[in-house]
Amino acid sequence: MEILDILISASFWAAAIRIATPLILATMGELICERAGVLNLGIEGIMVAGAFAGWMAVYSGTGLWVGVAVAMVVGMGFGLLHSVLTVPFGLSQHVVGLGVTLLATSSTYYAYRLALPQVTSPPKIAAFQPYEIPILSDIPLLGQALFSQTPFTYLAFALVAATSVMLYRTPLGLAVRAAGESPAAVAAQGLSVTAIRMGAVIVGSGFMAMGGAFLTMSAFDSFFFEMVNGRGWICIALVVFGSWMPGKALLGAVLFAAFDALQIRVQQTSFGADIPYQIFLMAPYILSIVALVLVSRRAQVPAALMVPFNKGER
Amino acid sequence: MRLEPIANPSLARSIAPPAIAIIATVVIASLLAMVAGANPFSVLGLILKGAFGSQFALLETLNRATPLIFTGLAIAVAFKAKFWNIGAEAQLYAGALMTVVLGTGALPWSSFALIPALAIGAVLAGAIVLLVPAMLKTRFGVDEVVTTLLFNFIFLLFISMLLEGPLKDPMGMGWPKSARLISEARLPRIFEGLRLHWGFALAILCACAVWVIQTRSTLGYEMRAVGLNRDAAAFAGIPVNTVLVKTALLSGGLAALAGFSEVAGLKGSLTLDLSPGFGYTGIIVAMLALLNPLGVIVSALFVAGIFVGADSMSRAAGVPTYLADMMLATALLLMVLAIMLTRFRVVRD
Repeated sequence: MEILDILISASFWAAAIRIATPLILATMGELICERAGVLNLGIEGIMVAGAFAGWMAVYSGTGLWVGVAVAMVVGMGFGLLHSVLTVPFGLSQHVVGLGVTLLATSSTYYAYRLALPQVTSPPKIAAFQPYEIPILSDIPLLGQALFSQTPFTYLAFALVAATSVMLYRTPLGLAVRAAGESPAAVAAQGLSVTAIRMGAVIVGSGFMAMGGAFLTMSAFDSFFFEMVNGRGWICIALVVFGSWMPGKALLGAVLFAAFDALQIRVQQTSFGADIPYQIFLMAPYILSIVALVLVSRRAQVPAALMVPFNKGER
Repeated sequence: MRLEPIANPSLARSIAPPAIAIIATVVIASLLAMVAGANPFSVLGLILKGAFGSQFALLETLNRATPLIFTGLAIAVAFKAKFWNIGAEAQLYAGALMTVVLGTGALPWSSFALIPALAIGAVLAGAIVLLVPAMLKTRFGVDEVVTTLLFNFIFLLFISMLLEGPLKDPMGMGWPKSARLISEARLPRIFEGLRLHWGFALAILCACAVWVIQTRSTLGYEMRAVGLNRDAAAFAGIPVNTVLVKTALLSGGLAALAGFSEVAGLKGSLTLDLSPGFGYTGIIVAMLALLNPLGVIVSALFVAGIFVGADSMSRAAGVPTYLADMMLATALLLMVLAIMLTRFRVVRD
């Protein structure tokens, strides 16, 4: 059976982890926002902006890690815009989020056209290269899948751990979670719900932009239009699928990516050749919807998600 | 800071914030044009001239506004009931698909019977496409934002599959496009010799019909009640889920008419680039119109004008057309803020 051969090959799992990385980063970003009570539909556009900003920085001569930082700062800028409008002003998170996506996407394309007016094919940069972690990368299957990735992927996994520790083991995490569950209680403790939520959206947006930057700086080495191609929306689904928990969301991202990697490979088998390729491309999206249906009945939605908090109002 | 509702907003309070938002949008657009090395006054002038400056330009703007009125109405209806339909793009393609399936010879009728049949078919197709996320929401509590967004991708791939398979035009020289509609299926022009088809008139008619439904019918009242406060509406005995499903059917049907009108009125066949994001732009149209169906007509003309004007400006001044999208995104964000500030004052504490 060809599919079984695919599933036990190390290169398949290495590809799955690679495909999962941008999803992991952006999903963590969205999760932090939503845990504090703010739905951030700016994610798709912020990923586009991050993809361009990081790549453009490196193309202009900075180091790779500086490029990652530039992407993050640009993402945080859009996060600041989103959070000012949705948190203190309490505007519709749906409308503002879609507006931020449109603004981030169009300003990225505008900047691209201005920066590179004459190019037909976008220039390449020297992207992150895989780094084999000594000893660990020698483990059969797992070594190649997990420990022979680029440093950017290792950073993504580290950020999941950091997010998890922050949310569940620190006073800050408690405050973030409380802001999303019961903001009045946070205010009663003398903490500023506005500051916590804005901070969560700004940091979360920085993570989203890093997810985008992975695409241009590690998965590929140049910037294309339509590059993000709905990945941000998938991340919104992954947060729900993961019940707003970092570990489960990470698992969801890897499963989704494995499925995506599988459909690419099945397309090339004799069995897949008879099926229109669009069916394979559709499958991950359909899978996301099915997964949402399965988990949504018992999903632990943050109680104050999408509920603006206005002090002095009950 | 916190927000305090204003009991009786003064006239200045009602007019100043939106006016400032419009001025700020123009100022920001000017700065962006300067970043691109162009003279802001000539860029803004070129946009206006390209949108409304000649009969040709005006007709182009009206044609571009037509699908935007339909998708804007679709969004306005849904958002009024706080049903977040972000999938107007998919419903548009569903309407276009039905138009092509029935209008390329399957129904050998006269125009008089065929065109209404195509419109009704399109409405049903769009309504069914949005019915799925609506049912997933009311039955399983699945958030419609995600499902309608993902449906856009699924449905476009589905159309792509059909255009390379059963719907592929044998005369299309290998391009993924459908066969052309038979002549009886084409929407005629409103005025002889002017490039404007009856789809525009249908869009205006739909806007009026939606206005009547929203302001003069029980369903409109229920939709508003559900949008204002779902729990209170349920407590008052309004069947919230039924209202949401009806809203979805209406919204999906309206978005599908955009696809019908583009195919039957303008393009004559279905291709994958039928809509340059009309479904998404409909959200801006609806929000700028404050979800008012008659306002949608005005804001669709404004938005279409910006796009058409930016196209011709870009050719003349060399500023990227994405300036139009940036202007609209800025206008959207500033306008929602401005509208809020007409009803609340910001208080320091």
